[in-house]
Amino acid sequence: MAKSAFLKSSIAKKYWMALTGLFLCLFLVGHLAGNLQLLATLWHTTPDDAALHFNQYALFMTTNPAVKILSYVTYISILFHAIDGIILTLQNKKARPINYAMNKPERNTIWASRNMAVLGTVILVFIVSHMVSFWAKMHFDENMPLQTITINAGGAPQEFYVTTDGGYIPKAQVDQGAYKIHDRTSFYDGQANVKIKEGYKDLYKITIEFFKQPTYGLPFTILYVLSMIVLGFHLFHGFGSAFQSLGANNPKYNGLIKNIGKGFSIIVPALFAIIPLYIHFLLK
Amino acid sequence: MASNKNINIHLKIWRQKNAKTKGSIETYKLDNVSTDSSFLEMLDQLNEQLINTQKEPIAFDHDCREGICGACSLYINGQAHGPASQVTTCQLHMRSFKDGDTIYVEPWRSKAFPVIKDLIVDRSSFDRIQQAGGFVSVNTSGNTIDANATPVPKHDADRAFEAAACIGCGACVASCKNGSAMLFVGAKVSQYALLPQGKVEATQRVLNMVRQMDEEGFGNCTNTGACEVECPKGISLENIARMNREYLFASIK
Repeated sequence: MAKSAFLKSSIAKKYWMALTGLFLCLFLVGHLAGNLQLLATLWHTTPDDAALHFNQYALFMTTNPAVKILSYVTYISILFHAIDGIILTLQNKKARPINYAMNKPERNTIWASRNMAVLGTVILVFIVSHMVSFWAKMHFDENMPLQTITINAGGAPQEFYVTTDGGYIPKAQVDQGAYKIHDRTSFYDGQANVKIKEGYKDLYKITIEFFKQPTYGLPFTILYVLSMIVLGFHLFHGFGSAFQSLGANNPKYNGLIKNIGKGFSIIVPALFAIIPLYIHFLLK
Repeated sequence: MASNKNINIHLKIWRQKNAKTKGSIETYKLDNVSTDSSFLEMLDQLNEQLINTQKEPIAFDHDCREGICGACSLYINGQAHGPASQVTTCQLHMRSFKDGDTIYVEPWRSKAFPVIKDLIVDRSSFDRIQQAGGFVSVNTSGNTIDANATPVPKHDADRAFEAAACIGCGACVASCKNGSAMLFVGAKVSQYALLPQGKVEATQRVLNMVRQMDEEGFGNCTNTGACEVECPKGISLENIARMNREYLFASIK
């Protein structure tokens, strides 16, 4: 009997919610570390260098097999966490068919803990729109731009494609047909039709332009920051709750878990939110 | 300490003829309520007033009236057992209210606690959870072992005693936004799991009690902590965590 109960029972649902939630917390840390590279221009790095580093990182994250496995675990965790959450919410609504005429839940619980489903739904909408804006472009967009840099060659600024072997291909020559681009990133010799070099998808440019675009740059920045505030509230309850669900409750370290949870729920979303704010308002 | 201050109050009370009919909130006015009377004595006073005017008195659960039996329930002004902390409704006094107050009185709201009449709910779902595993099997045919013959660490004995303080009133279910019974079941599982006598049947106990809890239609715990705050006996969330551990180990055994 234990096997089916281990998937369906009320306590098993807790375990899955906690495990997927904690894994997604780890994902947040990794994703944040990557995103913070978008602030590289703060440390006197030139925009071209910042773009190159970020695009190299993006290439690694989309091609490395270990990262690929992690990314699939992340997709599954998000889906499982959301589906489990929806099932929980529906079952819990059924458990109280008639509501109280007078109820004061603020006397015994914090707001975030009572609104995890609503907060989670907002985060899910954010994740989907976020993936459409960046992830889908990186993976599927046929018109994804390749990174170019401008170098002063003999006094005249000239644009070059940057290639993965550290080389450069003059953009003018590609435009004239000396090189051809196939499969979105591969440079082929125009005559011999052999692949010679590989370019970088310019995710940096896509990101900067997304938050700097004339009409929607500001609303997208605001929506991003608001989503991070929602994420913060979700984590504020979720982080500590996951430990309780897995049975980790001991007066010896409860204070530590609570404080780490508080710190995590404030620092991580805040650092995420700084990035679009910097791009929109400060980046030249 | 005795004060002879009396207050006049308005009451909004859930009335429901029986389990099959639909109920509604009725409004009553009650004058000259002594602030020294308990909440249940106030309801007694209201019932006398109703009986004297040939009206059906309000049905509500009560038994010991000293906070140890768990019979009295009532969701008072949006909180289980009313606004005071760590008390049952019988221990709530009218000095917690002011002259002219409007007080809402509702039954526990849970699918697993159907209303029988007015403010009385059927809490036999708790009994069935207990019967599923909330016990130790002991041979009582004249050869019982003295309880003190089995050494129990003081720390464990204290935790078990704190868990055993649960009176099964159902305030945890009533306060939980999910209508979850995990504080009750967690306390009952813990009370035995902590003691050597209870360890023998620990695996089956937690599996059976949780299965019964889910079958009764209680909701899923989301760790909001409302139960712990509203519990008249101060049962801690630690007990739910202990049940989670017990269940995990029992499931993979």
